[in-house]
Amino acid sequence: MAKRLDIKDLNLFYGKFHAVENVSLAVPPKNVTAFIGPSGCGKSTVLRSLNRMHEVAPGARVEGKVLLDGEDIYASTVDPVEVRRTIGMVFQRPNPFPTMSIRDNVVAGLRLAGVKDKKKLDEVAERSLRGANLWNEVKDRLDKPGGGLSGGQQQRLCIARAIAVQPDVLLMDEPCSALDPISTLAIEDLITELKKEYTIVIVTHNMQQAARVSDQTAFFNLLGVGQPGQLIEVDDTEKIFSNPGQKATEDYISGRFG
Amino acid sequence: MSTNLADPTRLATPPTFQAVSLSRRIKNGFATALVWGAFLIAIIPLVWVLYTVVQRGFPVILDGDWWQKSLSGLLARQQGGGAYHAIYGTLVQGLVCGVISVPIGIMIAIYLVEYGGRSKLAKATTFMVDILTGVPSIVAALFIYTVWITYAGMGRSAFAVSIALVLLMVPVVVRTTEEMLKIVPDELREASYALGIPKWKTIVKIVIPTALSGILTGIMLALARVMGETAPVLVLAAYAPFINYNLFSGPMASLPLMMVNERNNPTQAGFERLWGAAITLVLIITLFNLLATVISRVLAPKTK
Repeated sequence: MAKRLDIKDLNLFYGKFHAVENVSLAVPPKNVTAFIGPSGCGKSTVLRSLNRMHEVAPGARVEGKVLLDGEDIYASTVDPVEVRRTIGMVFQRPNPFPTMSIRDNVVAGLRLAGVKDKKKLDEVAERSLRGANLWNEVKDRLDKPGGGLSGGQQQRLCIARAIAVQPDVLLMDEPCSALDPISTLAIEDLITELKKEYTIVIVTHNMQQAARVSDQTAFFNLLGVGQPGQLIEVDDTEKIFSNPGQKATEDYISGRFG
Repeated sequence: MSTNLADPTRLATPPTFQAVSLSRRIKNGFATALVWGAFLIAIIPLVWVLYTVVQRGFPVILDGDWWQKSLSGLLARQQGGGAYHAIYGTLVQGLVCGVISVPIGIMIAIYLVEYGGRSKLAKATTFMVDILTGVPSIVAALFIYTVWITYAGMGRSAFAVSIALVLLMVPVVVRTTEEMLKIVPDELREASYALGIPKWKTIVKIVIPTALSGILTGIMLALARVMGETAPVLVLAAYAPFINYNLFSGPMASLPLMMVNERNNPTQAGFERLWGAAITLVLIITLFNLLATVISRVLAPKTK
């Protein structure tokens, strides 16, 4: 079920602004790939283009190819809704649906896709919450609103919601940036477990986090204000953090940038 | 140094902090007086109106007949009877107006917020809604009179009143719904898209439920407003002292129309009916406002 992603000559635009230039990158299955780089370098934009969320913004445009096990998700015959069902996403700020209970939040993707079988939904809810290491904390209050959980629990609820639809790939956009260190640790442990089943791409501002959780790291940079962001290099995480191939990467990792 | 340690209240240097200066205290007193003055000026007429309405109308509506009987067969000076015919008219005209306005208003708002963006059609629609908001009710009434009665050849009826009220209610519904949809965070829409939920289903199942309490509150307030409108009923429906259940033909009473009518009745019975109708209208509108509060409490997204 985990699939590989191949990004080929990707160029991303917001209206006339060229946000990201010529990104080519391979994301192997059952593997964690981290995107690091300074603010505004386009790493989140690239991530959002991997499940066709980039085009939701007005005027946003994509050139190039993103292949999921060889199939171009930007082919003209492909329904973006199907793409997003296959490639899930977790956002920077936890965003549970405020009108729904914890259980309904988890199974929202299935229920709104038309699954009505209560027994199946309950099974999926339990499996997903266990998968997100949240089951023991919420099993006695599944009917309470999701908004009443702590920030870290809400984020794990969002991860449970994303894995409930059994995607092939899971994209995470700075999933810990709004969380305290203990919740961050919980999510990082979860990522390590999730990679047994899912292909994961994570954007992070925290280099220690990239070093802790990822197998492969891609460093993005910006040559100047108003210039498009670029992929500087991608390699095994160990190599990037010990012996990067580019000087810009080394400068960024060691704090000598700007 | 040692003296400072022994007596921490004694300062080694001149104090950094002083008492509030006289000029600031004067300004503060002046501003406080202004705010209180404005509050009193606003509250006195309100209390006065309420007092007058309650004092004159309350004894009238205590009679059970008031809520159950019409004025059918009664002479102007004869006491007794009730306002059932007018209450029925006000409620049913408001309800029909609501049934037509709410779907139109909500769909316009959904278009403006979710689909229109900065397109020309969206801008034109917003402009039209703005203009419609400012149309006086008498103009709406005369417009419907021209189109519905003069050109289309229909008679004066309760339904004509309802469609004139639609013109007044739609812009209010559009405005409140638009504001409520706008405050639904985009993150929720994105979370829904990311689960592979199509846009229309995201709007119906995620965005609208999140904004529902605000939308319904707006609808209730708009309904309360149009039910008190007098110009459309004056122009588009003739008064009837009896009960008329037919929306599409014949005269039908409503509370504002009953009040206008009884104002021309110089007897004690007329005085009682006038103030009875007034307090009934105030009560109905208050009820709708309370209902709006209850709905928004019950439906608001919870965290516990």
